[in-house]
Amino acid sequence: MKIAIPVIDKNLNSSVDASFGRTNYFMFYDTSTKESVFVENSAKNNPGGAGIKAAQTIADNGANALIAVRLGQNAANVLQNAEIKIYKATDGSAKDNIDALIANNLSTLSDFHKGFHGRN
Amino acid sequence: MKIAVLSGKGGTGKTLVSVNLATVAKSSTYIDCDVEEPNGHLFFKPTILAEKDVSVKIPKLNPKLCTGCRRCVDFCKFNALAIINNKPIIFDEVCHSCGGCVLVCPEKAFSEIDKSIGKVQMGKSGNVDIYTGILNIGEATGIPIISNLLSNKQDTLDKPVIIDCPPGSSCIVMESIKDADYCVLVAEPTLFGVHNLNMVYELVTLFKKPFGVVLNKCLDGDNPAELFCIEKNIKILAHIPFDPELGKLNSEANIVVKHSDKYHNLFSSLLEKIITEVANEATTNS
Amino acid sequence: MKQLLILSGKGGTGKTTIASAFIKLGSIKTYADCDVDAPNLHLITKWETEPQKADYYGLQKAYIDKEVCIKCDQCVLNCRFGAIEAGDFYKVNTYSCEGCSVCEYVCPTGAITMRPSVDGEMMLYSEKDEVFSTAQLKMGSGTSGLLVTEVKKRMKSASTNTNLAIIDGSPGIGCPVIASLNGADMVLIVAEPSISGINDMERIILTAKHFDMKIAVCINKYDINLENSQKIEDFCKAENLPFVGKIPYDSNAVKAVNNGQTIVDVDCISGTAVKSVYEKTINLLLN
Repeated sequence: MKIAIPVIDKNLNSSVDASFGRTNYFMFYDTSTKESVFVENSAKNNPGGAGIKAAQTIADNGANALIAVRLGQNAANVLQNAEIKIYKATDGSAKDNIDALIANNLSTLSDFHKGFHGRN
Repeated sequence: MKIAVLSGKGGTGKTLVSVNLATVAKSSTYIDCDVEEPNGHLFFKPTILAEKDVSVKIPKLNPKLCTGCRRCVDFCKFNALAIINNKPIIFDEVCHSCGGCVLVCPEKAFSEIDKSIGKVQMGKSGNVDIYTGILNIGEATGIPIISNLLSNKQDTLDKPVIIDCPPGSSCIVMESIKDADYCVLVAEPTLFGVHNLNMVYELVTLFKKPFGVVLNKCLDGDNPAELFCIEKNIKILAHIPFDPELGKLNSEANIVVKHSDKYHNLFSSLLEKIITEVANEATTNS
Repeated sequence: MKQLLILSGKGGTGKTTIASAFIKLGSIKTYADCDVDAPNLHLITKWETEPQKADYYGLQKAYIDKEVCIKCDQCVLNCRFGAIEAGDFYKVNTYSCEGCSVCEYVCPTGAITMRPSVDGEMMLYSEKDEVFSTAQLKMGSGTSGLLVTEVKKRMKSASTNTNLAIIDGSPGIGCPVIASLNGADMVLIVAEPSISGINDMERIILTAKHFDMKIAVCINKYDINLENSQKIEDFCKAENLPFVGKIPYDSNAVKAVNNGQTIVDVDCISGTAVKSVYEKTINLLLN
């Protein structure tokens, strides 16, 4: 399983970024190889539609699951279309969250906010 | 004659001034361009004569023609398109209606459909024709509504058009004053008010619009907004005092000139002054 | 660190006056002004040091190289925003340009390119353990949701405080407001007892309810209209929204602000009233 998490720094001990669309990096962790790959978030400075573009990055990198603090409706639509499961992040580092997911201790995230639209 | 009423700061009295100016004229048109939070209609309580939807164009995909090439997704600067399993998904509210995806698709898989973003209400109250623009909650830009509001409005010296602008100096404000003949800047006598007055002062100067200032909520003592006008040699058109009676009438959405001779005179003089200023501009520039 | 956001819906209700009073009362060391269109908080929080400034870039805007332009009109015909001005030299009106790049795409000679556009300026004041983040959007700009997010981000990165941050919000219900709601733990709505004010208060409450946070309401200048003030209190009761108090209209408040002071720096009725509003709000936030 490939798990995606928005992270502030490029390492497993980084805290989870509360913002999905404007996080610095996405970590993709492969549970079989135990390897992590860090991808820069190209949506970070986009004035609008950041959640959508970030979700596209998650889908393009072949993730099966995403762990996030919160998510906008638009980003959720993209992920759900790609059948990527969305989990609510718990306190702790990215590693803590991955461990929690593997142990089946994370609940699904289903409450999505309206998003910021990004227009004047 | 199109008169735009604006202020950098919210709550200074744009609607107070616009609504009352429109009412003292023998005949006028009032246009509420504050499409996010229109308030003029609360004062006029107009009889609604007609309502028109305002729509923008958004793309519609013909999936049979789509090859999943992603050119549309990569082109869109607003991230309004995503692609999953070779099928583009369109996000209406993020779309800016630029038509780019339609152009770049090599298979011509996109057509365009209308999407309503709000409406324009046309009504009448006494001698005033009232146009109210209302943006649907969640929609982003009110610019198409403002363009619609301002087009094709009967406009003569005998029947001035009063434009109640949104607060601030962002692009919706610019859109509202684009065709104005004269701008009335409403300022309150506070430090905050002056800071924001300066912003709209820069705006009207940039657009080379003739303008004057109405000082509202005037108290005794120093008036920083007045000092600003004196410093910059800006014409002060009127002083409206801070008056609890005026405040109360206004807070009940009453049109004050209908309830008070004093204010009827004040706003009539203000309107006359503006008409004179516009006429002077016309002669100076001819 | 908990975030308290102050919003109103309608402009001119007193957000900044109240925010500055709260900052003084709580000796708050971390605060931001998210009214990037018309920021005012810096006028009342006396900083003597210069801020760190940074440019804020919005969407890129189109630029026409007149040496390469052949005036074929393709850009004019395809621009949906009327942003291209034809003439002796074809020019892009940067106020109308929305950065879609359709003109760049259709131009047959490559005369059009997209260039970075500075849409505003961010300012970060910091001294010892106090941090104040603000920004000014340039005239005619849009995309202010992102700028608000940046202002808050800079405040958080620079702050060593773990207690409470106060965010002075912007009027309206649009993007800048939504961006400021994201991440807040509580929002205090400052209501004005006028028909317009009540109308706008209801809209902002609807917007805030979408977010998972505490909402409280207070009334400023309540004695302009006592019946309307009562209506607001009744509304709060009906909606189960905590009502944290009311502040009278006070000409001394204006005088204080004009001298760059908060209403709790001088002896006045609004200053006295705001103390109780502050205590009730903080109590709600921390419990």
